[in-house]
Amino acid sequence: MDFTSVLLAVLVLGAMGGIFGAILAFASKIFYVEVDPKQEAVRECLAGANCGGCGYPGCDGYAAAVAKGEAPVNKCVAGGAEAAAKIGEIMGIAAGDAEKMVAFVPCSGTEGHAVKRFNYNGPQNCQAAMLFGGKSNMDCRFACIGLGNCANACQFGAMNIVDGVAKVDREKCVGCGACVNACPKKIVKLIPYDQHVMVACSSHDKGAAVNKICEAGCIGCMKCQRECPVDAIVVKDSLAMIDVSKCVQCGHCADICPRHIIKIHNPVAVLKKK
Amino acid sequence: MTTDASIITIALTAILINNFIFSQFLGCCPFLGCSSKVDTAIGMGLAVTFVMGLASAICYIVDIYILVPLNLQFLETLAFILIIASLVQFVEMFLKKAIPSLYSALGIYLPLITTNCAVLGVVLLNVQYGFNFIQSTLYGVFGGLGFLVAIVLFASVRERIDHAEYPECFEGFPICLVSAALLALAFMGFSGMKIPL
Repeated sequence: MDFTSVLLAVLVLGAMGGIFGAILAFASKIFYVEVDPKQEAVRECLAGANCGGCGYPGCDGYAAAVAKGEAPVNKCVAGGAEAAAKIGEIMGIAAGDAEKMVAFVPCSGTEGHAVKRFNYNGPQNCQAAMLFGGKSNMDCRFACIGLGNCANACQFGAMNIVDGVAKVDREKCVGCGACVNACPKKIVKLIPYDQHVMVACSSHDKGAAVNKICEAGCIGCMKCQRECPVDAIVVKDSLAMIDVSKCVQCGHCADICPRHIIKIHNPVAVLKKK
Repeated sequence: MTTDASIITIALTAILINNFIFSQFLGCCPFLGCSSKVDTAIGMGLAVTFVMGLASAICYIVDIYILVPLNLQFLETLAFILIIASLVQFVEMFLKKAIPSLYSALGIYLPLITTNCAVLGVVLLNVQYGFNFIQSTLYGVFGGLGFLVAIVLFASVRERIDHAEYPECFEGFPICLVSAALLALAFMGFSGMKIPL
């Protein structure tokens, strides 16, 4: 290969790159599509974490949908009521009340409470732990594995593993639901921020089976269902569930639960209601 | 080197016998990445078909009128990558302005094609087979249709798998790869009717 062909190669490729670059630069001027100024204004108000809690692909996608009038203004869970009010101002629509939701991990199987099948020393990832027969090293099929897939998914630092079970910091949680999707056991739920009484167990196993493997599991004894003054608790498939729309948060169920797994997040708020 | 392959030969070869995904293993990343739903698979397939046809035509012109006369065939791969990348960018801008409905239908799949090896594969194969302008373009379009067929078939299979029972250790990508392999095996049946190009 002589020198000319090297030079030619450089020239040809350089020229092609230059021409394509020029065409693209030119095209971006000609084919410039004006972005709705509303969309940019809406985008400014959003939290900008691209958490996907609104159900749209990222903050930009949601802003575009809002600007077109296709999406309600109160969907940005991370921005909360503040962002909803600002966007509502831009769009000229009343924000409405976006009920604040927070994540909740219904499991009380902390160290010493739940029986472990073996000591797991593999990769610190719930999915990896579940490869051992689909239920990790916990004997309970529904238990929180506690290796922190949800904590890693949380962009707001609201998830922490305490005593082997994921715990939510309600003040930091924005309710985007990233942890709900990240949990391979599918036990993390979103509940209203104002709901303080919760059943901290996900086990649908029968009472006798639960007794063997976890000291802190719902055995489906129906006591809470019988004693609830407003019939807000239903025991279904051996697991008590609170109907949030009916619950008046009196806290009675938490007092009488023989397994102590109906928990009150903020006893002060409940006491006030009493 | 020239060839007088007819439309039917090219179509059969590109779609069934030498399917880009199942027998040449080109374009596997979008094949696995965009095939969880039939809708997105169709969008991706159409975008690939469009770009492959266009890229074949333009790369042919550049190859014959610039690279071959200057004896620079060794630059083909490099030049084609440059062309495809700029072309995709240009098409994206053009569609956004001119045909917004098509732009939103193809959506994010368009820029993804820049790195799709099936597109680079088809333009290099065009040179290798010695196709003329029309044959090149046809091979590009039919190659894209072959991609569309493959990805839609696979997406349908995956939608069924979601409801099927299989060992838990296969969950996610393993079962996906196993079913892709079985589909490829099925397509191997066509290799018996190889038509010389």
